[in-house]
Amino acid sequence: MRVPLWKIAHARSGDKADRADIGLFAFDAPTYEVLKREVTRERLAAHFAGMGTGPVELWPLDNILALKIVLNAALQGGAARSLRMDNLGKNVAAQLLRMEIEAPEDLPRLKTK
Amino acid sequence: MKTVRVGAGLGFYGDSWRPVRASIERGGVQYIASDHLSELTLAILQKDRHKAKPGDPPSGYARDAVPMLTELWPLAAKHGVKFVLNAGGLNPEGARQAIAKAFRDKGWKAKIATVTGDSVLERIDELRAAGEPLAHMDTGADIASVRERVLFANAYLGAQPIAQALSKGADIVLTGRVADAALTLGPLAYEFGWRWDDWDRMAAGLTLGHLLECSGQGSGGNYGSAGEWAKVPDYAHLGYPIAEVSEDGSALFTKPPGTGGQVSFDTIRQQLLYEVHNPHAYFSPDVVLDMGTLDFKDEGSDRVRIRGASGAPRPKTLKIVAGYQDGWMGTGMIGFAWPEAYAKCERSAEIIQTLVKERGWAVEDSNAEYIGYNSLLGANADPTYRDQLNECFLRMTIRTQDRKIADAFGRLFPWLGLSGPPYVGSMKGIQPAKELLGIWPTLVSRELVEKNVKIEVENV
Repeated sequence: MRVPLWKIAHARSGDKADRADIGLFAFDAPTYEVLKREVTRERLAAHFAGMGTGPVELWPLDNILALKIVLNAALQGGAARSLRMDNLGKNVAAQLLRMEIEAPEDLPRLKTK
Repeated sequence: MKTVRVGAGLGFYGDSWRPVRASIERGGVQYIASDHLSELTLAILQKDRHKAKPGDPPSGYARDAVPMLTELWPLAAKHGVKFVLNAGGLNPEGARQAIAKAFRDKGWKAKIATVTGDSVLERIDELRAAGEPLAHMDTGADIASVRERVLFANAYLGAQPIAQALSKGADIVLTGRVADAALTLGPLAYEFGWRWDDWDRMAAGLTLGHLLECSGQGSGGNYGSAGEWAKVPDYAHLGYPIAEVSEDGSALFTKPPGTGGQVSFDTIRQQLLYEVHNPHAYFSPDVVLDMGTLDFKDEGSDRVRIRGASGAPRPKTLKIVAGYQDGWMGTGMIGFAWPEAYAKCERSAEIIQTLVKERGWAVEDSNAEYIGYNSLLGANADPTYRDQLNECFLRMTIRTQDRKIADAFGRLFPWLGLSGPPYVGSMKGIQPAKELLGIWPTLVSRELVEKNVKIEVENV
């Protein structure tokens, strides 16, 4: 079934020069395996196409059930040069939580809600 | 077994120091590591410095350090707590003078140390002559393209000068630009006598410093989530995080009893990955950290055990961040109520664009955002209710090299109130032009910077 990430994960984002920088965290181990499979660089690039971003970087961290995501050239040259309201990229994580992925119905967070 | 407790101070210039009181009073901390400098704060301090006239008191440092220390010092002295702060900014000596004056006025005594040598603004040509290209880290561009517009350039120093200052008996260590986490690693290395090539212990200190450097973000603040944030107790009295560290680098991460906030596996791992790039090679001046071997054990009751950091040898280079002038931003805003709130904002944007074009203004870039609809979520805003919004604000911005155009842009908007679409919201004044800065991250051979690092201690 199609599931938006906010139902099964949490996320925080920030900035470093012209990079938007996101941590995406599964609430539990089964969900982490799904995130690793479904949240790919290609899908992230498509999801953030509207930000005009450069290449996407992605690292899984099995020890903390997390994906580290970096969107290069995503902040109009950086926070002090950006024309955007969200010049610091603090809401890029909220944008990510709107992404939908294919997930099994029996994930723990989906059963309890 | 000896443990050292380090508590978080501020997380940015302008942050609140009120929660630090609880860490000193009942958190058992021996050190407060206070981070006053974000990537851009030096630009603000440089502007302060520009505005200063001869005879003015010193400027170019984070001024909040003075009231913070004035308020907290009596309590800190009573509990034997030391402060490590990067509030020196562009002028650690000026910060020391200001704090020394405030302390003398009160009749207080303290040993205040400064760490200087991070600023390379005056040394750019010297460094280039020494064979350092200072090319942009990400784009490879030549610094010559912005050389004349550079406002500040500072290398990130590590924890060694901080530990040296503490070994000279400093109660307060004031630095300029250092790696944020060095504010914590410095005291830990000093207290435990860690060897500077003990990479795993360096990595442990860096991890803990990184978890402490954003104040409340390490204890439940900004817990990015749907719904979970609402379960964080008592934001109004959120306690700043504390690391209780053992000699082997393992730690208990917690916060003072009786405070709000939440220290848990979930809130801490959000901070762990915050603004790091490759988590398997997180570069700092002191060590390269691999976060992939860290182990977190959530014991409940705001207690998380952390161990297992692994480090690789420190880099041969230091990172410099320079900031350069990059034009001006003009901003205009206007809001509308239902009906057709969004459509009226969109029409207003078209009208403004026409006016800009007819005036022939040299505009490099422009942006139209709709507050209440997409100003924070951008292209990922959900358009379902766009045409039924109760109200919506248009925020338009332009980038131009001409300050006059940036100023004039905002003044285009009030006219719309009588001659544009109906049901207009109050605009609450016109925003003046804002200077824009480009960021220039680059690398430099560390010995060229470190030979100029100086530690001075003053007895106040």
